[in-house]
Amino acid sequence: MVVFSLKKHTLTAALNGEIDHHSAMQMRTEIDRAVRETPVSLLILDFSRVTFMDSSGIGLVMGRYKLMSELGGEVAIADPPAYIAKVMRLSGLDRLCRTVSIAKPLDLTEVTNNAENKA
Amino acid sequence: MPKTKLKYFNEMSVTFSAVSENEAFARAVAASFISELDPLVSELAEIKTAVSEAVTNCIVHAYRNIPNGSITMLIRLLPDRRVYIKIRDKGCGISNVAQAMEPLFTTAPEEERAGLGFAVMKSFTDRLTVKSSVGKGTALVMEKTLQERLEREDNGSSEANSSAKSRRKPRSGTPMRQ
Ligand SMILES: Nc1ncnc2c1ncn2[C@@H]1O[C@H](COP(=O)(O)OP(=O)(O)OP(=O)(O)O)[C@@H](O)[C@H]1O
Ligand SMILES: [Mg+2]
Repeated sequence: MVVFSLKKHTLTAALNGEIDHHSAMQMRTEIDRAVRETPVSLLILDFSRVTFMDSSGIGLVMGRYKLMSELGGEVAIADPPAYIAKVMRLSGLDRLCRTVSIAKPLDLTEVTNNAENKA
Repeated sequence: MPKTKLKYFNEMSVTFSAVSENEAFARAVAASFISELDPLVSELAEIKTAVSEAVTNCIVHAYRNIPNGSITMLIRLLPDRRVYIKIRDKGCGISNVAQAMEPLFTTAPEEERAGLGFAVMKSFTDRLTVKSSVGKGTALVMEKTLQERLEREDNGSSEANSSAKSRRKPRSGTPMRQ
């Protein structure tokens, strides 16, 4: 459900599929395990492959924000689809964590999908 | 149909167990039933999110200490592209509804609940009403009017005084020949 990549002290967690109360529990466990395994100063939550999210996703990000604050690091959100960005704005999450873009050449299909969603 | 009754074109109701697996199920059912109205992608996403919030609340809060709970979701497609969604549980109920609906209010912070479910439901629908009684359960109604979709001109004739009714013709999936 979560795919990780580590570069220096930056851990990128690519979330996949739908984030609701049911799936968030497992994602939380996987992310927290990865964060505690290595020294991480920046946790990037990549939302580009997320197809659905409700307030459980907000809880998920806020929880990771707390964890990273405790560890002296920060959290960033990458490439949320338009409609998920709307849920994040509603919660004020965009003021808590910065939003970044990490469009990779590998992810050409993903870029196409995003363009479709925005149309 | 008696005139005093609320008129609707289509209705469905489904009752399911209050388990987290059914959050995705409820969203899918709602999306599929509403697709008859050919909603925008964004409208569909908003309705799915609102339904997910309501159903999750039943599972997380209403039946917190009550086993074998069940949830009933009723959806009506009303005239003028109005969608009516009622989600009901027979769980613990809410003692102070006004307070519960305040953004960031949650009784389950330790479970990483953000307290934003009601705020999301409110902002993604046109109307949200909550009726609850402690020990008996909660019924929540959401209403949303979908945008008109004018891009399809039936038979190419004048659309000047077309009523909402004319748009309710069943659509075939194939595009018309030019
Ligand atoms: N169906 C319900 N039965 C009993 N209590 C409920 C119900 N729905 C909501 N509540 C109460 O209202 C509060 C606020 O609900 P809301 O959905 O806004 O936030 P949350 O569920 O706590 O967090 P989030 O939805 O952001 O994960 C809940 O914490 C709970 O106490
Ligand atoms: Mg909730």
